[in-house]
Amino acid sequence: MSEAAIVGLFVATVQFGTLVFLAALGELIAERAGVLNLGVEGMMTMGAVSGFMVGLETGSPWAAFIAAAAVGALVGGLHALVSVVLGADQVVSGLALTIGGLGLAAYVGRNVVGERPETKFTDLGIVGLADIPWFGDIFFNQPPVVYVAVLLGLAVWFVLTRTRWGLALRAVGESAPTTDAVGHSVMALRSGAVMVGGAFAGAGGAFLSLYMAPGWTEGMVAGRGWIAVALVIFGAWRPGRLALGALLFGFTLALQPRLQSFDIEFLGVDVNRISPALLGILPFVLTVVVLVIISWRFRHRPSPAPAALGLPYRREER
Amino acid sequence: MAKKLLLKLLVVLAALTLIAVGCGNDDDDAAPEPEATQAPAPEPTEAPMDDEVIAAFVFVGPVGDAGWTWAHDQGRRLAEDRTGATTLFVENVPEDGPDFRNVVVDFIEDENANVIFATSFGYMDAMEELAGEYPDVVFEHASGYKMNDTNFGNFFGRMYQPRYLSGMAAGALTETNEIGYVAAFPIPEVLRGINAFTLGAQRTNPDVEVHVTWTFTWFDPAVEGDSAAALLEAGADVIAMHQDSTAPGLAAQDAGARWVSYNSDMSAFAPDAFITAPVWNWGPYYARIIDAVAAGTYAPGAYWGGMDDGIVALAPLAADVPADVAAEIDEVAAQLTDGSWDVFTGEIRDQDGNVVVAEGETMEDGPMLGMEFFVEGVVGSATG
Repeated sequence: MSEAAIVGLFVATVQFGTLVFLAALGELIAERAGVLNLGVEGMMTMGAVSGFMVGLETGSPWAAFIAAAAVGALVGGLHALVSVVLGADQVVSGLALTIGGLGLAAYVGRNVVGERPETKFTDLGIVGLADIPWFGDIFFNQPPVVYVAVLLGLAVWFVLTRTRWGLALRAVGESAPTTDAVGHSVMALRSGAVMVGGAFAGAGGAFLSLYMAPGWTEGMVAGRGWIAVALVIFGAWRPGRLALGALLFGFTLALQPRLQSFDIEFLGVDVNRISPALLGILPFVLTVVVLVIISWRFRHRPSPAPAALGLPYRREER
Repeated sequence: MAKKLLLKLLVVLAALTLIAVGCGNDDDDAAPEPEATQAPAPEPTEAPMDDEVIAAFVFVGPVGDAGWTWAHDQGRRLAEDRTGATTLFVENVPEDGPDFRNVVVDFIEDENANVIFATSFGYMDAMEELAGEYPDVVFEHASGYKMNDTNFGNFFGRMYQPRYLSGMAAGALTETNEIGYVAAFPIPEVLRGINAFTLGAQRTNPDVEVHVTWTFTWFDPAVEGDSAAALLEAGADVIAMHQDSTAPGLAAQDAGARWVSYNSDMSAFAPDAFITAPVWNWGPYYARIIDAVAAGTYAPGAYWGGMDDGIVALAPLAADVPADVAAEIDEVAAQLTDGSWDVFTGEIRDQDGNVVVAEGETMEDGPMLGMEFFVEGVVGSATG
């Protein structure tokens, strides 16, 4: 196994991790405010298509990235309108958002399917640091979105745990009536959280269509929005654990093609002769194992989930 | 007060979204909408006249995929130009569920279609049923194996022939003698392509190894691009592939490596990396079926055409393929076209060194269609 192969494994780990981390971080914000949004797949897909299209028009990956986040926020806003303002069932509204988002993206993007990308993000290559053997490529020669995701993760952690606004947001996720009684607007907090979450998902989709697989075709998000939803549970609703979970998941995704091309023996078996179908279930085996460990550790403690998650709030029905 | 303001804001945002969506509607150039308006449908119950063919195409993907469905749509256009028949199509029809059936029934009942071309394997059983229910309509199925005696046939192409030729070009251009192959699913069609490609590469470069990575996808650009990247990191400097996306080519170009695409000439996507591509050319077959139906001479068959028929071909070679290799490729292409030689001609050994085709023998179609092994020189698992 060469240095390039091992470095490549971790480079891909970080990139796949970033992809699901961005979307999962957005979902975390919404869920900490008590709103379950199963529309992540739809929001990511809308972000992917709009990012790609704005990239075609402007030639600027940053304009495309920001536009994708804005579209994600708008689409998230629909979920906020239906489930927060109007108090409809969050599960149904979220699923509708996924199905509708996929269809809408297919419609909006039907004339740019398979078109050559005009622009994409390039690796940053931080001067001096990117040339460090082994670690340079993994940590200091990634596309800028990776560093944006790290900053966003830190920002979300800081806002949630160190600011009054974050306190209010977490409070509304635990008990909306109490928060209302204190004088915060439940509707504003929750809608804001859902829209910010949508922006993160849209940005994740744009990372896909502007870097990981530049271009647009229907179905290109390929279920990663659902992985993001699962990651929030996996990360026990904490940004730090979420980041670890995303990296772990990214690692298994990156491992799958690479194990097939590594020329190594393990217990007398050529690794590249192992059935890739078996390798393919690795992420899911890992998920089950980690979930078992988490639930074991939390067996004497209350669930880490926000207490009001999934419960709509109408003041009159208190 | 704040709540009301927010409510208003949200309503405005929602309205903006709807407007933005509406604006995307203008410039739909070539593609007719699925529920096409071209076909006059005066008396839907009456079958169309014998000489008037309305051919309807059911596609599994979008016509803009630059790959599989794009190639079929090019074929549809060519057949329409050549025969003057009316053609209709609908994109993105899932293989599972009732959609396929509903689409076909609509084509027949409302648009008077009398030829149905369906272009994905999973439509097969539904087609068989429909062929029984509508005996006056001709059903032609790409990549399947079922048929009947009157109105249901299948068709495919010997893609392994141009794959072999593309392998010859790839073998000549690899410097590390390692070629990466991003493979879709471990089924005979894909294995046949990998083996033919490998045999071709070995012809111009006896030391070459072909490393296979299975993605278990037909279309997931992120996975396919990353699989190509993994093969490149492991030492490959040429990438071949069997999926419908261009992502492996972009990965190859980024790494300064080379690329053999598939389905269509994808040189525009990664011009520096592109070597050549085995491509589909469905048009002549579609035109032939339409002509036969118009003339009343149609009889279903199991068609597996090769380079002799032009249904498969090799895209133009990159400029840096050495002249002697290009000449040899032309020579072999001529042999494949006139039928004097075929790809799976012995002696051929499998991955473990067992002889699978003896010296001087040529593999029959049956074993070729059921191929389940890798030839010597392929690195990877053939069973997936």
